[in-house]
Amino acid sequence: MMNLAALPVTHNLLPFFVVIPLGSAFLVSLLGKKLRGFPDTFSNLTTFSLLSLSLLSLSLIKRFGTVVYRVGGWIPPIGICMVLDSLTGLMLVTINLIAFIVTIYSISYMKRYTAKWKFYTLFLLMLAGMNGVIVTGDMFNLFVFLEIGAISSYALVAFGVEHEELEASFKYTVMGSIASSFILLGIALLYSYTSSLNMADISRTLTQRGGGQVVFFVSVLFLVGFGLKAALVPFHAWLPDAHPSAPAPISAMLSGVLIKALGVYALARIFFNVLGMTPISSSIWMVLGTVSMVIGGLLALGQEDMKRLFAYSSISQIGYVVLGIGMGTTLGILAGLFHLFNHATFKSLLFLNSGSVEYATGTRDLRKMGGLTSKMPVTGYSSLVGSMSISGIPPLSGFWSKLLIILALVQAKHFIFASIAVLVSILTLAYYLKVQRLAFFGELKGSLKGVKEVPLTMKLSMIALSIICIFGGLLLLPGLQKNFLNLATEVLVNGNNYAQVIFRSIK
Amino acid sequence: MIYLMCLILFSVGLYCILVKRNLIKIIIGIGIVEYAVNLFFVLVGYRVQGRAPILAKDQVIQNMVDPLPQALVLTAIVIGLAVTALIVAIAIKIYEKYGTFDITKIRRLRG
Amino acid sequence: MNKKTKDTGMTLIVKTITRLTVGLILLYGIYIVTHGHLSPGGGFAGGVIIALSFIHLMLAFGKDLALRKLSEGVASFFENLGAIMFLTIAILGFVGGYFFFNFFFKGKPFNLFSAGIIPLCNIAICLKVGAGLFGVFIALVLLGIDIKKE
Repeated sequence: MMNLAALPVTHNLLPFFVVIPLGSAFLVSLLGKKLRGFPDTFSNLTTFSLLSLSLLSLSLIKRFGTVVYRVGGWIPPIGICMVLDSLTGLMLVTINLIAFIVTIYSISYMKRYTAKWKFYTLFLLMLAGMNGVIVTGDMFNLFVFLEIGAISSYALVAFGVEHEELEASFKYTVMGSIASSFILLGIALLYSYTSSLNMADISRTLTQRGGGQVVFFVSVLFLVGFGLKAALVPFHAWLPDAHPSAPAPISAMLSGVLIKALGVYALARIFFNVLGMTPISSSIWMVLGTVSMVIGGLLALGQEDMKRLFAYSSISQIGYVVLGIGMGTTLGILAGLFHLFNHATFKSLLFLNSGSVEYATGTRDLRKMGGLTSKMPVTGYSSLVGSMSISGIPPLSGFWSKLLIILALVQAKHFIFASIAVLVSILTLAYYLKVQRLAFFGELKGSLKGVKEVPLTMKLSMIALSIICIFGGLLLLPGLQKNFLNLATEVLVNGNNYAQVIFRSIK
Repeated sequence: MIYLMCLILFSVGLYCILVKRNLIKIIIGIGIVEYAVNLFFVLVGYRVQGRAPILAKDQVIQNMVDPLPQALVLTAIVIGLAVTALIVAIAIKIYEKYGTFDITKIRRLRG
Repeated sequence: MNKKTKDTGMTLIVKTITRLTVGLILLYGIYIVTHGHLSPGGGFAGGVIIALSFIHLMLAFGKDLALRKLSEGVASFFENLGAIMFLTIAILGFVGGYFFFNFFFKGKPFNLFSAGIIPLCNIAICLKVGAGLFGVFIALVLLGIDIKKE
């Protein structure tokens, strides 16, 4: 009992990121069938409280430094610990912000589907899984929460049970479970080599004993497993089928946050802090990132389905993020993390736009659309903001992050990669201009004369995301950047000092 | 030597997923892959001349097998059960919509 | 009424043996759950055995009789109840200062009433797993019947 007096009250914040979505998922499942308006209001309340908790945690990090929470009072490495450092804070804010906006959007959008309470249960379970992956400090706990998030997303992709959605969900499930088996094999090998499951403890043991062939094999296994979750190029084949088939708010969540929380964050945490980044792994990351950029961009040019084009564009932009983080230099990691945050906002905005286009016109085919901005102004203009931001047009937020990536590449003397990045950026501009011309500008087709603007909640969420897109570049102002992005970068640059930081923060 | 057998089982399961054309055989392949990984994880905890790690009232703690992988494998088995249940339900629905279990005929999404 | 129950399900021998053994299987499952902290087993294994007793009833007697004993709504209710009970026990650990802290009184080791919150967690997990597995089986059976009707 003496621990309760020693800890400040706000230290107990950490488990609530997992407990709140889990509890409300089961409460919605229990009471959702009987009470009519209950799932909507309760889920929105849940995501709003999660958003405010994550903003509160940012101020906590500024006061206390890294916060380590022992679950059940057991001292790590015997027990599981939850770690809140600046990288965790950045990811928490990103995920909960997008989740809040998406739940507001789905109040009106999901009226088309039956059984809204099933949707909210699965959605909150997926959110609990993602929050758990970011917050935990233990390898097997990471695997369990990864699986919770992944299984909920397999079920959500198949939500409206039509032909294409079931086929896409089957492919996604098979490939996802192969990836999870690879990850579990890697964790088993790592446990047999270091006989511990705590991330800080593994890092300390590996720096003392040195790597060797086991660590190389384990890093390849993790690269394959988490790379499939993050849709890097040899393992991307599930994404163009799965993301368009899901309902639009779920596409926004999947493409905006799930591939980043389960894929890129886990890769970065394991490679930088646990295993240690060597020059070989750094060059493998950069090559994979570049190939993803190029192939995603080229394949997106020929698509006629709007959401499928956005899905290929996601592959391309994740290539940018992996290229940035894989460089290993401070400016590179800063650029990669900033692009991760930006991509979450503008890709979710674009998918929500495609959802409202589908809600109003009933089609996703670009050849059947034309001139929608005259009838649906909010959708049209926010889509314009999103497309310009993702192509890198100043002064929107995407321009700053892409500029930083190219500057970091030039600074580290990788001139070939820098020129490929510039070319892919021009390619991105090309296919987004195609979307804008075919769907929103131009003249209104005859069959589309009767479309109306979408309901209020959908408009609100799209306007909120476009405001964040416009002002996102302000995160690079010296005051804000020091508190938010630079701290997150330091965690990754620190590398193996992670272990010492953790063990010092355990009281 | 035993670990090599586990990896052979893993590759048998992987062959099953990649080559077979029937949906149900792919699901069985996923099951074999998960069995192989769980078996490997339990065998990591084996100690020579060890006994089961259960403490009864009148026993001395000596020479037990490692109990931590056993607890983790229990969790992994439950996760595998959940994935199998979900994918079998999806397969039944696919049969209802497409009328076949053959994966070469279920190719509406392409490009 | 007699003719109807004789038509569904399996033969008479199976039905007689089922009547004798289903209760014993249920009791064995409950034993494994409550002795989870003393001998191997615990929440998940015991929950699977309890679900198996209901599935055994369904296989031997047909879907309607089993659904009369435990319908889908009740199974769904127990599943949610198990999960919420587990989360409540975890949050109550805050009384001791930490999330998931073992705050109950711990008696002498190797007795039935010992080890704090572990037996309560086992019971919560048993409810969830048992009801969940039975619910999955019911859902697959009902899906199959829908296909056969077309």
